[in-house]
Amino acid sequence: MTDMTGAEMVIQALADQGVEHIFGYPGGAVLPIYDALFQQDKVTHILVRHEQGAVHAAEGYARSTGKVGTVLVTSGPGATNAVTGLTDALCDSIPLVVITGQVPTHLIGNDAFQECDTVGITRPCTKYNYLVKNIADLPRALHEAFHIASSGRPGPVVVDIPKDIQFAKGAYSKPKEFQHRGYRPKVKGDLDKIKTAIDMMAAAKRPLFYTGGGVINSGRAASDLLRELVKLTGFPITSTLMGLGAYPAADRQWLGMLGMHGTWEANWSMHDCDLMIAVGARFDDRITGRLDAFSPGSKKIHIDIDPSSINKNVKADLAIVGDCAHVLEDMVRLWRASAVIPDKKALQAWWEQIGTWRAKNSLAYRNSNEIIKPQYAIQRLYEQTKNRDTYITTEVGQHQMWAAQFYPFQEPNRWMTSGGLGTMGYGLPASVGVQLAHPNSLVVDIAGEASVLMTMQELSTAVQYDLPIKIFILNNRYMGMVRQWQELLHGKRYSHSYTEALPDFVKLAEAYHAHGIRCEHPGDLDEKIREMIEVKKPVLFDCVVDPAENCFPMIPSGRAHNEMLLGDAATRVEDAVTEEGKVMV
Amino acid sequence: MNTATSHYPAAPASQGVETRTLCVLVDNEPGVLARVIGLFSGRGYNIDSLTVSETEHEKHLSRITIVTRGTPMVIEQIKNQLDRQVPVHRVVDVTTAGPALQRELAMVKVRGKGEQRVEALRLADAFRARVIDASNESFVFEITGASDKIESFVNLMLPLGLVEVSRTGVVAISRGPEGM
Repeated sequence: MTDMTGAEMVIQALADQGVEHIFGYPGGAVLPIYDALFQQDKVTHILVRHEQGAVHAAEGYARSTGKVGTVLVTSGPGATNAVTGLTDALCDSIPLVVITGQVPTHLIGNDAFQECDTVGITRPCTKYNYLVKNIADLPRALHEAFHIASSGRPGPVVVDIPKDIQFAKGAYSKPKEFQHRGYRPKVKGDLDKIKTAIDMMAAAKRPLFYTGGGVINSGRAASDLLRELVKLTGFPITSTLMGLGAYPAADRQWLGMLGMHGTWEANWSMHDCDLMIAVGARFDDRITGRLDAFSPGSKKIHIDIDPSSINKNVKADLAIVGDCAHVLEDMVRLWRASAVIPDKKALQAWWEQIGTWRAKNSLAYRNSNEIIKPQYAIQRLYEQTKNRDTYITTEVGQHQMWAAQFYPFQEPNRWMTSGGLGTMGYGLPASVGVQLAHPNSLVVDIAGEASVLMTMQELSTAVQYDLPIKIFILNNRYMGMVRQWQELLHGKRYSHSYTEALPDFVKLAEAYHAHGIRCEHPGDLDEKIREMIEVKKPVLFDCVVDPAENCFPMIPSGRAHNEMLLGDAATRVEDAVTEEGKVMV
Repeated sequence: MNTATSHYPAAPASQGVETRTLCVLVDNEPGVLARVIGLFSGRGYNIDSLTVSETEHEKHLSRITIVTRGTPMVIEQIKNQLDRQVPVHRVVDVTTAGPALQRELAMVKVRGKGEQRVEALRLADAFRARVIDASNESFVFEITGASDKIESFVNLMLPLGLVEVSRTGVVAISRGPEGM
């Protein structure tokens, strides 16, 4: 027990939680905490240019390290600017502790300067939040915040601290053994159910693993156990956008990503399988497509730490609530112990079927010698970065899907993308966070020119802290995914999806004291990518690509997995969709 | 909604809607009710009735009783979503968990003279409603019972000069020796 001010408690609690970096932006209601930050050297503060950037940077930091990301912002606009990042972290289950300043307690509810109802605004976009109105509650709230953010299904937690509480003095102690009185997430799966799962797997003729971001969140052990189980069983595996990297893309049992822009073989396998083993995935609408035609002939085993993810969209035949790593460990053990003999003949037939789907080569595109195809740009980027220690972030849109399709990930925590919320502007600040956590690694933000302009100011942060992030912009002058949907579904009426006045990205880079590169010819790509990697500075790489390229394969509107379309079938999409039902995006 | 050109899946075919009563044990802390109500409004669930009060003072536990409607899948979601809230200790669906008692209290104000007054009193007696306030031209009745009993009583008072009704909403508890 030591006496200290609320502001000092914040710093002490961060240090006690092992926090090395906090992303933030000062303001009136957090000045005492900034004063305490100034007088210590345990926690390093990273000054961003906008609070949204702070939260995305913390997300990148958390996703690439498995640690809790931390943010410090002021009251009112500081807190409201953080809301997009909080919602993003909630959707993608990223552990964050976000500390917000608040007006003094006697002014709360008084419409004071820079006051907003932070706990009210952030209640639906956090896992939990606190308004600390008594200094005696502060140490517990801070440590609980870390516990809640990182345990169970991870998520963002806000601690709102009024300015007078930051000045107030109280006793601080670090809780030894932490137990919340009501909150106890279940991590061990029910053993009887796991046994049933093993029996179902042993009897399956057309099984398939469908894995998601939960495997990544569960830690490195979960990915290793997943690899072991997939190898033991010999089953094929596909994954969601958020789950990429948990299973190595180079392996032959890997079918590629599934869903709206997933591969032919992944989606057809989902449709035709007789047993689906969903691990840490939540049957999102980008995955399922038409619900009543979703994998009609399969039994579904659903493993998830969050019971509310089970039976939300798709009825599970067997639900196992628990942490992926724990459940997978039991599954591996039981599979080995029970000496299961899977139906080899059926499995072989299943693999042959998958082979015919693979032969479609669904990611094929027509390359060009004149104009850079975005897919080709990503393939060249991969070739030049695959042997390096590389982390990839993305913005949101076509480039994000192409990155997921054409940049194969072999390891978890190497891929940072905004999956659930689909936040344009995520990638640049996220790469700042990733680079900070991995100072000697290569960090590339595969970006679109529209997305990156939403948080471009964070380039200034990267320059300030010597973070040599590489912003690889696939510049097609359009909001590409919007344009694609307008082309296919809205009669080529390109309503406000063309950015008529773009900055000169090379000059923009120079204005930020970063390095700018423009590439307009396919033949120059390799040399310029090499230059991008070798420059020891943040780089804006303006890769001018074909503005008309569309992202395929694609499951068109309201269709099932077995009705997906390939690139060369693009014209068929227009035939396939009618004027009806343009209602829902 | 036709979804031929939308990239969201169509709404599922509607299933039968059921009414359920849920008992929820929560930490009595600021914002806990907002959290529960926000969950319902944010996800489009229905609340037919809601009551809340601290029931264990030493442990600072409150008990919320919610009457809600939805398809079986939605009801399961509601229970799971409630259960994952940090300050929520337990959620029990008393409609399906076994035999349970459900009661409501209402105060019913009736204004009238002469024969109408006599008739109101007579009905109140039949329903075991108590008079808790009286003036020359009005009564306030207190009535306890299942919601449909209160509903019938209020309907009978309508032609006799019903002024207003105040209802607590449903509280529920399971039969037998076990607690929730």
